[in-house]
Amino acid sequence: MSDDSEPKPKPEPPHSESPDSQEDGNDRRDFLLKASSVCAGCAVAAVPIAAGLRVIADPMTRAEGDGGGVEAPFIPVASVDSLPEDGSPAKFTVRADKSDAWSRFPNQVIGAVFLRRLPSEEGEDRIQAFNVVCPHLGCAIEFRDEPRDYFCPCHNSSFALQDGAQEEGSPSARGMDELQARIEGSGEIAVQFQNFVMGIPDKRPV
Amino acid sequence: MKALFDWLDHRTGYRALLQETLDEPVPGGARWRYVWGSTLTFAIFVQFVTGIVLWAAYSPSSQTAWESVYYIQEEMAGGKWLRGIHHYMAQVMTVLLVLHLMQVVIDGAYKAPREVNFWFGMGLLGLVMALSLTGYLLPWDQKGYWATKVATNLIGVVPFVGESLQRIVVGGVDYGHHTLTRFFALHAGVLPALTVGLIAGHIYLFRRHGLTAKKPYKKEKPDRFWPDQIFCDVVACLAVMAAVLVLVAWHGGAVLTAPADPAERYPARPDWYFMFLFQFLKYFEGETLIWGGVIIPTIVFFGLCAMPVIGQRKIGHYANLGFLVLLLVGFAGLTVLAYQEDADNEEFQFAVEVAERDAERVRELAKSPAGIAPVGAAVLLREDPYTQGPRIFASKCASCHTYDGHDGMGRPQKEPSAPDLKGFGSREWLAGFLDPDLIETPKYFFGTKFVEPDEKGKKSRMVEYVHDDLADLSEEAQEQLDKIIAVVSAEAELSSQASLDAVLGEDDLAEGIDLFFGGIAGGGAACGDCHGFDGDESMAARTPDLTGWGSREWTIAFTKNPEHPRFYGSGNDRMPVFEEERIFTDKEIEMVVDWIREEWIRFEGSAVVADEE
Repeated sequence: MSDDSEPKPKPEPPHSESPDSQEDGNDRRDFLLKASSVCAGCAVAAVPIAAGLRVIADPMTRAEGDGGGVEAPFIPVASVDSLPEDGSPAKFTVRADKSDAWSRFPNQVIGAVFLRRLPSEEGEDRIQAFNVVCPHLGCAIEFRDEPRDYFCPCHNSSFALQDGAQEEGSPSARGMDELQARIEGSGEIAVQFQNFVMGIPDKRPV
Repeated sequence: MKALFDWLDHRTGYRALLQETLDEPVPGGARWRYVWGSTLTFAIFVQFVTGIVLWAAYSPSSQTAWESVYYIQEEMAGGKWLRGIHHYMAQVMTVLLVLHLMQVVIDGAYKAPREVNFWFGMGLLGLVMALSLTGYLLPWDQKGYWATKVATNLIGVVPFVGESLQRIVVGGVDYGHHTLTRFFALHAGVLPALTVGLIAGHIYLFRRHGLTAKKPYKKEKPDRFWPDQIFCDVVACLAVMAAVLVLVAWHGGAVLTAPADPAERYPARPDWYFMFLFQFLKYFEGETLIWGGVIIPTIVFFGLCAMPVIGQRKIGHYANLGFLVLLLVGFAGLTVLAYQEDADNEEFQFAVEVAERDAERVRELAKSPAGIAPVGAAVLLREDPYTQGPRIFASKCASCHTYDGHDGMGRPQKEPSAPDLKGFGSREWLAGFLDPDLIETPKYFFGTKFVEPDEKGKKSRMVEYVHDDLADLSEEAQEQLDKIIAVVSAEAELSSQASLDAVLGEDDLAEGIDLFFGGIAGGGAACGDCHGFDGDESMAARTPDLTGWGSREWTIAFTKNPEHPRFYGSGNDRMPVFEEERIFTDKEIEMVVDWIREEWIRFEGSAVVADEE
């Protein structure tokens, strides 16, 4: 606007005088107009979309549960004495504090494990621990007496008693998820409780 | 009035639009076979109306979802019908969609230039399935929770993006508040918006291309959409609505199972229209899961989408028909198989029974004056002796004990080695225990060390006593024994026996106590020679002190430590000292004891506990 008060410099040799170049100028103007409209339009639309996507993707970046390279803690579950002597598994719930978004619940059941005595070596008790969650699609596995094995009632996966390996004809892609178990001084079994990604052959913590 | 409409028409041109909409010619005459599209539009209208009202009363969070749905269903006026209509219309809509698809394919209505419209229709099919799936979770009941878990775990199987996608859909690594908020946003926001968009496009294209008229024409002159075809459509919609209302009435509203509880296993099954997929998954072993769960369904979907291209030639059209028949037969076959396998599966049937009982019980508890606390309704069942007692008993007590001959949950207990605890504390239980014919049966000491003869051939003193001193009692002695039984049993203070105990007077009590310490007619030992009673603890070293026998306090203390001098002391058989073994929490011991004592909240006219009374 301030330019108006000053005398304008002599215009360049007039492109505009040729009809062709006039059209060229109009084309460029047209293109710039369109391009800037599209760019500006995309930019303004991108703001709410980006803001939304960032929040939608929040679970991706949140270190939750026992993922993120943090070693899962050992949680005391039961005493050694409470396991059957004959090597049958027994099911125990695992309790810990649990967070669910804005709620924090103290001392909740966060899962369950099968514990069983293994034949002892040199008089030392050895414990085998499995997560009860079926590695197929996440139903709860049960122990059955006939035949003596683990069985998932959803899609009929069965697992060997000895090592939790999937038996022939089972839909599950891997055996039951074994957990680290140790016997603490007081005769209490502590289990490193973790859940694993389901449906895949590898055992990977979630 | 006419002036007003003229003014409106001048400003909006509505008359032309209305005329175009209503005067659409229907070549060959109106027919019943053209009604499917209209019934679907109607069904979606019903879902929008009922859905929005449900929305106005629904609260998505893990402590309020089930609770708000319960409130809609059981407390709000007309809520049962509203939710019932929404629930069953969703199912009827699935059926209508398949019928519509069949009609389109059979009539070849997908052929050029209607390909795009066919794809719109396929998109709508996908959307309706997604709406069903997301809606299934929203009540946050056991059924929806566990079935949807399987579905979201399937997402995780997709290579590369699966795990991230699953996390985004679930709102974290585990199910919780954000699973509900996200599913709700999909179910009530994203998916309906897409549905409206696709329907608008679908109807627009349908009008643009016109009806694929069935030949030969019924009439030479085409009918008008209004009123000829609309009449058929309205009658069909009426039939659809009637079918839904009948379903709601028949089932007494939509199903609402117990509140979701991650710690409580549940026989996960999808709704009937996804049962074929559930059955299908059983056939895919190991790493092939992705084929059954993701790849093949995707191929089938795109196979359907390819129909317009394949169907350009006559032979292609027949191939399409064959493919459709194959799919329908496969669908029906797998569905039947799935239900048959479940019907033959006793464990599953048992789990269903338990689930139904829980669902009924939690409704009663929610309706009780105490109602639902802000922590949510799942706690009602978790802290209910009637619900938890049998479960705790079955998992922690039934390896030795029985309850009424079973494991507490109703399953047979094969090798009992400890007393049956049904009616423990009652006169009947005690009378049976003191019966020489019964004490060694599985109801009492069968399988315990008390009935095993020692090196001298003697069984435990109690068993020997029952055989020696309580066999063939005279009438007088039997009466006296009954008096002792009444007095000892009164210590239990069972509410189921309150009316009997109330009749006992001071004299009866005094007489019973005298007999306890003095013995009954016919000589022999007295109870008080070995057992403590009435506050006298002098004898309680290796025998249970019977002061307070069978009472809540006594039974809890016994369960915690049967080796305490007050109880068996060193004479305890194999009963674990639960206080030390930490198999039970204190709360669990209390619940199982309350259940054995039949002390739980009862409701008048309760369907759940009627069989117990």
